[in-house]
Amino acid sequence: MWLNPANPQLNKNGELHHLLSLEGLPADVLRQILDTAASFVGVTQREVKKVPLLRGKAVFNLFFEPSTRTRTTFEIAAKRLSADVINLAINVSSQSKGETVLDTVANLSAMQADMFIVRHSASGAPYLIARHVAPDIHVVNAGDGRHAHPTQGLLDMYTIRHYKGDFTKLRVAIVGDILHSRVARSQIHALTTLGCPEIRVIGPKTLLPAQVDRLGVQVYPDMRQGLKDVDVVMMLRLQNERMTGALLPSAQEFYKYYGLTDDKLALARADAIVLHPGPMNRGVEIDSSVADGKQSVILPQVTFGIAIRMAVMSILAGN
Amino acid sequence: MPAKPLPDAEQLLASLTDRMRPSVGPNTGLVGIHTGGVWLAERLHRALGIQLPLGTLDVSFYRDDFSRKGLRRNVKSSDIPFDIDGCAVVIVDDVLYTGRTIRAAMNELFDYGRPASIRLAALVDRGGRELPIAAEFVGATITVQPGENIELTRDAQGRLALQLTRD
Repeated sequence: MWLNPANPQLNKNGELHHLLSLEGLPADVLRQILDTAASFVGVTQREVKKVPLLRGKAVFNLFFEPSTRTRTTFEIAAKRLSADVINLAINVSSQSKGETVLDTVANLSAMQADMFIVRHSASGAPYLIARHVAPDIHVVNAGDGRHAHPTQGLLDMYTIRHYKGDFTKLRVAIVGDILHSRVARSQIHALTTLGCPEIRVIGPKTLLPAQVDRLGVQVYPDMRQGLKDVDVVMMLRLQNERMTGALLPSAQEFYKYYGLTDDKLALARADAIVLHPGPMNRGVEIDSSVADGKQSVILPQVTFGIAIRMAVMSILAGN
Repeated sequence: MPAKPLPDAEQLLASLTDRMRPSVGPNTGLVGIHTGGVWLAERLHRALGIQLPLGTLDVSFYRDDFSRKGLRRNVKSSDIPFDIDGCAVVIVDDVLYTGRTIRAAMNELFDYGRPASIRLAALVDRGGRELPIAAEFVGATITVQPGENIELTRDAQGRLALQLTRD
């Protein structure tokens, strides 16, 4: 096999061939993506917001799970690289006719696909696809089950670096539904690799994965204690659609204890920034006055997310 | 083998500056190509008293060898801090060789607007052109063998020097 057996995202030269998870990616690969994205931020502010890098390449957005925002940002990123983009919402077509994931991918490969952007409700689905595509095809995980959402993790790192600089001096809190969150896992892996010394996770015990402390994070069931003196507050969306059984008494009660309000944010450092991956549930995990307030960097996250996806796609396509 | 003696880069820059002086004004748009071209453009910008802020280009996103070589590491940001529309632009690069970098630079510039004109200044023209591109201002023309490369270096004091390397 030409891919690195220890990490199937990397080729034999240690270069990124697929982007499946931030877990196990070396810091220099993460930094290369962040640095390349910085150059693309300038491109997106020009009169012509496009570069010819992926001209003639076909990028397939393969979404087995509904998502408007992530699909759109990948589509914009691919178009700004001059690629041709084909959007497929698989849950409403082939799968309902009984076609397997690998048959779907084989068919699209026969249509000369160069890259698959994969979103799936099953953890590991992008790995399965990456193992079966031809060697010249690249796979990007756009979110798989509870496992990983690497481009979201990267755009969060970009945002933190943009506002705060050096990771090695930061205290970061991740708040909310950690259990169901692929975003939280990607954030924790990336922060750890980039040298963040103190990562706190804040949430009710029912929404924390068992043995989460093994990831090297500190657990705070009390939000007020957890937010004390942090530099960065990363809110998570309460994943209603992933909630099975009675993990929470009610959204109102969650807001009372774990919703980010002005008075809770006041416990963090005065220059702390607030991130949220969107879409936000206002009045559930975050108060409107925080979401729209001075410390919120939620909309810049969206802008940086396009540059990050341009960087990922162009680095993969060149390796 | 002993390194072939190359001309002094500081002297070449001085004569390049003299050649450009009659043809540029305070509103010339000077654009350096990363990395060596930016070093030169910074010096020319000061010496020629140009008023428009200095532009810089990293042409990595426009290179024609992306599909063979991929994306280079350490891509720098391009920055054109003046209005390209109607501007008389001079692109500055250290070594002019195949002309492919200049083609990429021109393509990128046009994505910022429509310049009135584009001219090219190069410290060294080493021949070997593969595209119909010529420099209006040249420090020196030097013949080197295929497989040999001329590189511009800058030391801690900001002094420029030319260096011959082999593939």
